[in-house]
Amino acid sequence: MSTAAAEHPHEPGKAREAFRAITRDVSWVAEAPKPHKLWLVALAISVLAFGWGIYSIYILVTRGIGVWGNSNTVAWAWDITNFVWWIGIGHAGTLISAVLYLTRQTWRVSINRAAEAMTIFAVMAAGLFPLLHTGRPWFAWWMIPLPNDMGSIWPQFRSPLMWDVFAVTTYLTTSVLFWYMGLVPDLATFRDRCAAQGKTVKAIIYGVLSLGWRGSARHWHRYERAYLILAGLATPLVFSVHSVVSFDFATSQLPGWHTTIFPPYFVAGAIYSGFAMVMTLLIPLRYLFNLQHIIKQEHIRAMCRVMMGTGMMVTFAYFTEFFIAWYSGNPFEQFTFLNRCFGPFWWVWWFMMFWGNACVPQFFWSKWIKNNNVVIWILCIFVNIGMWGERFAIIGVSLSRSFLPSNWSYYSPTRYDVGVFVGTIGMFLMLFLLFFRYAPVIAMSEVKGASPEAHAGGPSIGGHH
Amino acid sequence: MSTSDETTTSNGNGDGELYGLLAEFDTPGELVTAARKVHDAGYTEFDCFSPFPVHGIDTAMGVKRTILPLVIFGGGFVGALSGLALQYYCNAFAWTWNISGKPTWSIPANIPIAYELAILLAVLTSFFGMWAANKLPQVWHPFFRLERFGRVTDDGFFLGIQAGDQRFDADKTKQLLVDAGAIAVDPCYLEADPVRKQMPKWITGFIVASTAFALIPFAIAAKARNSHSSEPHIHIFPDMDFQPKYKSDTAMDMFSDDRANRGEIAGTVARGWLEEDDTFYRGLDNGAWTTGFPKQYPDGTPFVVDDKLLKRGQQRFNIYCTPCHGYDGHGQGMVPTRVAAGGGNWQARNLVEPQSVVVTMPNGQLFNTISNGFNTMLGYAAQIPHADRWAIVAYVRALQRAQNATLDDVPADKRSAIQ
Repeated sequence: MSTAAAEHPHEPGKAREAFRAITRDVSWVAEAPKPHKLWLVALAISVLAFGWGIYSIYILVTRGIGVWGNSNTVAWAWDITNFVWWIGIGHAGTLISAVLYLTRQTWRVSINRAAEAMTIFAVMAAGLFPLLHTGRPWFAWWMIPLPNDMGSIWPQFRSPLMWDVFAVTTYLTTSVLFWYMGLVPDLATFRDRCAAQGKTVKAIIYGVLSLGWRGSARHWHRYERAYLILAGLATPLVFSVHSVVSFDFATSQLPGWHTTIFPPYFVAGAIYSGFAMVMTLLIPLRYLFNLQHIIKQEHIRAMCRVMMGTGMMVTFAYFTEFFIAWYSGNPFEQFTFLNRCFGPFWWVWWFMMFWGNACVPQFFWSKWIKNNNVVIWILCIFVNIGMWGERFAIIGVSLSRSFLPSNWSYYSPTRYDVGVFVGTIGMFLMLFLLFFRYAPVIAMSEVKGASPEAHAGGPSIGGHH
Repeated sequence: MSTSDETTTSNGNGDGELYGLLAEFDTPGELVTAARKVHDAGYTEFDCFSPFPVHGIDTAMGVKRTILPLVIFGGGFVGALSGLALQYYCNAFAWTWNISGKPTWSIPANIPIAYELAILLAVLTSFFGMWAANKLPQVWHPFFRLERFGRVTDDGFFLGIQAGDQRFDADKTKQLLVDAGAIAVDPCYLEADPVRKQMPKWITGFIVASTAFALIPFAIAAKARNSHSSEPHIHIFPDMDFQPKYKSDTAMDMFSDDRANRGEIAGTVARGWLEEDDTFYRGLDNGAWTTGFPKQYPDGTPFVVDDKLLKRGQQRFNIYCTPCHGYDGHGQGMVPTRVAAGGGNWQARNLVEPQSVVVTMPNGQLFNTISNGFNTMLGYAAQIPHADRWAIVAYVRALQRAQNATLDDVPADKRSAIQ
């Protein structure tokens, strides 16, 4: 029996009140008996879109990729465009969780959990496209170096397409482990709350998932080390993944693909589009779940600034591409870029690339816009569309006008192209909405650790690193 | 259940020996101060618990720096090496596939995968290594029995000292914690009843049963690899490997002759296969070998013996006839030459010497010989189309004339040049 408590009555201080408030406000999202109506509507729409995607994939797999608009000329079309777009979106999550961690940007703690979840779902959506693009996805295991009875045939490791396989699977594995590791202390919070509220089944589920985490300082010591190292590993990984994706194009001979600027250009675009997607998701959800005091306006403003920076890098890359095309004196290269602006897909360049990626970031100079979430959200939608357009302009438009005019053709998608793409958007939103309802959407332990109250109570704290 | 159980459940504590003392502190700062005091007092078997990593607590507790980074470096190093080894084995050793003449082993092209595998193994090492070093998952811990400890993941800051510590003394240790600023100190007892200390039987049963079930697919795979079966493979995606159709010369019980092939119907000729022109197709003229040439081709074009026809005949003759009969038609082709070189004696027909039966043979018979063969010569009907056979006939006639030419054959104005 406890006696010390009675001997030393002590009112809990303000610091504990602040920590409790964080736990309560974040747990409320998962504990609220009824979800918000808008959440249900959004979930229903995304499930419908996902269903349409499953139907399209069923038709695609049973009939073959002839149901897509891909042709001999435009052999890589929406499928690879979507792959690159989704992978790029995923990169913002890793950037927020790893790169901003290494650079000690404490504002990341309010958004990193959601951004990491977004990364995982985006990479899942991305991985689907090359798999379906193979036409016979049940042979995808041929890309794994497994001993086999086909005369010892092995994958061709000198191909950028194999590099892709390794980069994307490593990226997915790392993202999942990084995300899960961050989740464990918060799952333990959910476990203890459920146990205290008498929800035994939930407590057991969260208990198993949280691996018996008990907040031990000796555990935290290794945990923080491992987290720092994982962040350090994820940072070169995130840059390598989109660089490897860009090698798929850069190592080929096609004008518009064959350029050394691609790795940094793709990475900047990935971060730009990823931040746009983070804001697209979080701006409405922070209202829906009353998280404005945790995901603060200053965090939105910081993300706007990141978008402004990366958006201008992308703009600079566009300028460089045009300059090099002119400066190289290569007529094929010059034609490719004139065709991008004035060819049959001129609208992709002007309405998607030029407007979405070169003009939109300039709006974020304005303080008024950075505080106006509706405008930011609309601009982010333009960026999402714009970055998709950039990937299509690079992949589809370049292919449709290659060296030989006799090869030229136009590309138009079929309903199955649209169906699979919309289906992955549905899957992504569905998973994200479910995540937002049933998991700790904000890294509670990190928010507590980053709050001013984390240093309360001891004069000795300031002296330590 | 005994009465002692009821009392233990009320405060969430066991009734056995003392596991340790758990002190609660109000702020992270006070926890650090207390941790330093406990450490300075010489305790080693103690730990702090907090909802987030408290800064400065490692040094206060005297926690040694973990060697995890070194282990992770090892993992990454092994990943890079195994990535290179994998690529060397696959592409430069086991399956050296020539791709545009590029080297099978080229470091620049092998770097991306070695790089990704280095990161992958380092990531796996840091994730699993961290949990292993922390001895997690361990869903059970004595402190979990204390209701107060449930707040460790919310707003509670705790310091627990184990009774197993050399310096542990129930009263003195408690006083130390109270002096250090604890707002509460709870003793934590283990279970006395050995049955309750063990894992419930149904959990053990569940783990054993699920493990056994999980092994079934592996057992099936192992059996399949080591036994023979007369059943065909299961084709999940048949890929048109099996189609409901009959191939040539297979059995089929639907027809009376049990054959899948259907022969020609008596009295019918397939389109384009009538071959009614006796001269062109068979070299006959009213039942006898023709001495001339066909009047026309099957498509109605007139048959003209001209330079073009002879050139065509020469080209076909040089391909099909010269191996035995030789370029000049004297029967000294490569085949008889090689037979002679091997010590044998075999002569092909001399097509051009005046005594040769070929010279006097009617064109139709010559055509028939090319088509169907004669003595050891096989027929060439399968290789040479009818029109080309006639071209060869014309060329053989030209050869015969050329090989037996006299001065009279040379135009009068050229005779002086060769005399």
